Amino acid sequence: MTIATLPSRRDEAWRYSDIDAVTAAWPLPAPESIIVPAGGKFARAIVQDAGEIRQVELVLGKGAVASLHVLNIGGAYGRIELAVTLHEGADFHLGAAQIGGGEQNLEIVTTITHAEPGATSRQVVRSVLGGTATGTYLGKVAVARDAQQTDSAQDVKAMLLNRSATANAKPELEIYADDVKCAHGCAIGELDPMALYYLQSRGIPPGEAKKLMLQAFVAGVFDGAEDEARLQELALAKLGELV
Amino acid sequence: MLTIKNLHATVADKPILKGLSLRISAGEIHAIMGPNGAGKSTLSYVLGGRPGYEVTEGSVDFDGQDLLDMEPHERAAAGLFLGFQYPVEIPGVSNVQFLREALNAQRRARGEEPLSGGEFLKVAREKAALLRMDMDMLKRPVNVGFSGGEKKRNEMVQMGIIDPKLAILDETDSGLDIDALRTVGDGINSIMRRPDKAVLLITHYQRLLDYVQPDFVHVLAAGRIVKSGGPELARELEAHGYAEIAA
Repeated sequence: MTIATLPSRRDEAWRYSDIDAVTAAWPLPAPESIIVPAGGKFARAIVQDAGEIRQVELVLGKGAVASLHVLNIGGAYGRIELAVTLHEGADFHLGAAQIGGGEQNLEIVTTITHAEPGATSRQVVRSVLGGTATGTYLGKVAVARDAQQTDSAQDVKAMLLNRSATANAKPELEIYADDVKCAHGCAIGELDPMALYYLQSRGIPPGEAKKLMLQAFVAGVFDGAEDEARLQELALAKLGELV
Repeated sequence: MLTIKNLHATVADKPILKGLSLRISAGEIHAIMGPNGAGKSTLSYVLGGRPGYEVTEGSVDFDGQDLLDMEPHERAAAGLFLGFQYPVEIPGVSNVQFLREALNAQRRARGEEPLSGGEFLKVAREKAALLRMDMDMLKRPVNVGFSGGEKKRNEMVQMGIIDPKLAILDETDSGLDIDALRTVGDGINSIMRRPDKAVLLITHYQRLLDYVQPDFVHVLAAGRIVKSGGPELARELEAHGYAEIAA
């Protein structure tokens, strides 16, 4: 992921980015590098609440297990970029939420490389976007030639609170092995007006009704996180600002 | 308790209610019957304040307040409960969480203390038992994966917990088998048949009225009430059909 030259919107991984903000932050510091040794376990929660570009490189040794939970909420432009390499039988889980309003531009960009056989990866990403905010998920899964029995899944959903908000979602599969499972699903929608009315008809004010539904939409991604209560609380507070 | 005068309403610019008047006093149970397309569900949604249902003329007074001037959640806090013909599924939100938020939002709006988790569960358990609903179902997401009959029973559990002054029940009997019909009928009687409460039952059939005896029966046709009477009117309708009675 280390790139020597300033990216432009012609670069696929930066096509929805705020290039002015990237230029201002240039040159980027070296990505954070994490190596989980064979058989090791790793868990981490990343909260981006200051408008930063965060790059993390994660290498999982044979049979290693890692789970990352990401909450991307802060700043005019916030980008979280993950490059994960899985060796034999490793298991990677990502649970991510990005919640933006106003003119925020938030991105989660992942590259999961299944370098060896039998590794699994799961990515669950939920975006909630209001105002004229943009939320982008670019998820590349690369499966090397001999990485048979790869099992990978991407589950991506976005909720738009206004018609003026934008969600971009792009799964990208690059598969050189022939015995693999790579599932990807994506949906972009709005809150169901009938469900909102149902909640209100029972006495819940409109803002609270929206918050309740959005909380339910986002909640699952932080199940089992290191810092689950804190992540839920931060997410809920941010949702409260949007409704 | 509820006074509807000359109510006209449109849905997508199409006139549906055309001068409906109705007066419901505390302690009364009213039934509105009528053919498909008469405006029965429109009446319930107009009273419940559903967006898209536009009142073009007339007035609705609910306990001295202008009902039409209130938001849906304010109507609920004022004591109005709408039992949905098609209760809505809300994935990810548990029944218990939903109902506790709803009840406490209403209590706060009325200047009452919210119920604690324990106090709330006690009420919820009692009402679930009354409607023969498993407590496990109350912990599941709202109506998700419920059968048609379970959804209707869940509406009645909600009504029991919320304890409204006026319940408008839109085809609460549809989709119920005989046993569930009796359970729901018993539920309505035990929750709502009180001197300080009232019910408006909207139904196609006599069946529910065998269990919940109405004091007044009205026939709604083409957006107006064309005939009113006692419980015998429902049996007449069942015997002769709407066409003859409404003509």
